[in-house]
Amino acid sequence: MATTYRTCPASGLQFEAHAEKLMKWNAVVAVLWLLVGGIGALGVIMTRWPAFKLLPADQFYTILTAHGVDMLLLWILHFEMAVLYFASSTLLRCRLATPKMGWLGFWLMVIGGIMTNVAIFQGESSVMFTSYVPMQAAPHFYLGLILVAVGSLIGCGIFMGTLVVAKKDKTYTGSIPMVTFGALTATIIAVFTILSGAGILIPTFLWSVGLIKEIDAQLYRMVWWALGHSSQQINVAAHVSIWYLIPAIVIGAKPLSEKVSRGAFLLYILFLQLASAHHLLSDPGMSAEWKVLNTSYFMYFAVMASMIHGFTVPGAVEAAMRRKGFNNGLFEWLRKAPWGNPAFAGMFISLVSFGFLGGISGVVLGTEQINMLMHNTYYVPGHFHTTVVTGTTLAFMAVTYLLVPTLFRRKMIWPKLCQIQPYLFGIAMSITGLVMMGAGTLGVSRRHWDMAFSGAPFQYEWPGAAYLMMGMTGFFGVITIIGGALWIVLVVGSLLFGEKLDGGVVSDKPTPIPAATPAASASHHGSDHVAVPGTVVLAMALLVAFVLYYYVNWKYLSEVWLLS
Amino acid sequence: MSSILPPSNRLWWKESIDKTEWTWIGIAFVWGMIMFVMMIYWHIYGKQNLSNEAYKTTPEMFAAKAEKFIAENTIRKETDQEIPVVKVPAGGDGYLIARLWNWYPILELEKGKEYKIHLSSMDYNHGFSLQPVNINIQVIPGYEHVVKMTPTSTGTFAIVCNEFCGIGHHTMLGRIYVK
Repeated sequence: MATTYRTCPASGLQFEAHAEKLMKWNAVVAVLWLLVGGIGALGVIMTRWPAFKLLPADQFYTILTAHGVDMLLLWILHFEMAVLYFASSTLLRCRLATPKMGWLGFWLMVIGGIMTNVAIFQGESSVMFTSYVPMQAAPHFYLGLILVAVGSLIGCGIFMGTLVVAKKDKTYTGSIPMVTFGALTATIIAVFTILSGAGILIPTFLWSVGLIKEIDAQLYRMVWWALGHSSQQINVAAHVSIWYLIPAIVIGAKPLSEKVSRGAFLLYILFLQLASAHHLLSDPGMSAEWKVLNTSYFMYFAVMASMIHGFTVPGAVEAAMRRKGFNNGLFEWLRKAPWGNPAFAGMFISLVSFGFLGGISGVVLGTEQINMLMHNTYYVPGHFHTTVVTGTTLAFMAVTYLLVPTLFRRKMIWPKLCQIQPYLFGIAMSITGLVMMGAGTLGVSRRHWDMAFSGAPFQYEWPGAAYLMMGMTGFFGVITIIGGALWIVLVVGSLLFGEKLDGGVVSDKPTPIPAATPAASASHHGSDHVAVPGTVVLAMALLVAFVLYYYVNWKYLSEVWLLS
Repeated sequence: MSSILPPSNRLWWKESIDKTEWTWIGIAFVWGMIMFVMMIYWHIYGKQNLSNEAYKTTPEMFAAKAEKFIAENTIRKETDQEIPVVKVPAGGDGYLIARLWNWYPILELEKGKEYKIHLSSMDYNHGFSLQPVNINIQVIPGYEHVVKMTPTSTGTFAIVCNEFCGIGHHTMLGRIYVK
């Protein structure tokens, strides 16, 4: 297929016409799902806020199901398709492999997403995102999800195919860039995830139409979570890639060590998939040995990988800022970082919140015995709102501030509000996550309409602190939603009314990435090494918080009834 | 050069790793091993480990065993729904049915005695959430989970269902007495 290549005058990025169009449409659909999911979030949070209790039970569970599916799958997967096409075709400056298949995948995802949402809003499929059997949804609930999975699998195939095209057309020399390598990691995890999803959703669909008699409830949970949790690991690999991408563009950061960062991504590929176990630690059907080995990602090698990224990402920022001359003391580089740039601010808040809140809480929650203190409590959504939302969603929001001018060729409207948005959203979501975890620590259930248990044969009164935490969850949750809505207004407003920017030179042929000169690589090698003492201090703070919080929870565990 | 360009040094895997990074990698590795060993340590020396004893069952089989247990050990009935209060023999077996939307029956235990509590569901997934102690266990249909527990405090405890099980989920509240 004939195609053209446009070089963005501001960023120097080169967009191939087919890839550009696919990226735009996937991003736009992603934002629309974020809008639907965000409206759902408002319904959920205003119902769980004890002072309001907005929706009746049936509507609450319907909205909660939609919120989960639209946010965790549809918003994120559509955005990830755009990221994959960007990391392959744009960064490697080559044509996209099989763009027609890209459109097939796109439409499968769109149709599937709508189909599942129709099933949910018809009211007969309020089975939650997890749809544990034997609770049954309408057949088109499952069928829609299968179409989404097939669509994303096609996207993964195109990403891999594009890597082959770039290699064959020699548009770069040496190895693929770090960000592309991270995207490749995400893709490999995605293929595993989607195949697991097919392995459980197809039989469940057949069961919902009556062709299969029974699906074992424990087996379902195990295989489903190979989809459910691993799909969040795709997000981790994708947003870590964006953590490398944004400082590279904004302040010219480069990895401290290609070997270390790529090694950490490799550990993700090898071990992240075992996380299915995190959801089965308090289940009857698995042995303790199985739980311990799997929940720790085979002895915490994937946690180690995240801790490495947690060091090398801020380390790359520190090194770049020090190279620019911000060399005073431990933290001048941090104080003078471009905090007014929403892409950078969003990326850094994402990094800190994911590390300190999402990461630490995830490891604690995933400790075999400690899990019993938190399983199915409000702690669990508290944890994943500080990984998937402040981690992934905030990183995606941040990178959009760069994509609107380069990809969509529009200037962002209302720059002051753009500057505020990542702080408003990121900080409010972090606090919301924290108080959710607080309520969960006190035992409050997740996915629960009424913490006053109206209509139950007995009474149980939660501690006053639990009500306080749930009230705070509501308050900060609403602020988070305002922050998210602001982002949608800014992005959609910029796409519609933003000042049009020059698209740059269009050519029939790609301009390959110039090979690094031997002199440049010699100068890079060793001679411009910069020490990163500030990052060491930050990393140590993370470690101390991690160790303390980890052992506090063992202490809590030692105080409950004896179990064996 | 940059994260969005191919590594400037084509032989990037031959570059040496800085001492600071090695140190952090070492710390992360050691911390991971400590956390891994902690779980094993707790299995040997800790007093809160979830039982591994579980059997495949069916709702009918489990209900039959539970009904027999209830018939033999009921000491009184409570609430206008006449829910039996069943005293579990010390060191013996107690049965708890999870179903839409109640925990059945009410169990009565004694502090400091060990019990084997059998958990199973008659229909959907349910969540055994003992409050305010805060112990949370998944209850799955088709599986009989035998959990050994020793109460360390006395009083009236609630069993909240914390796995979504349909429209009446929030009314699914059970009770355990510890004397």
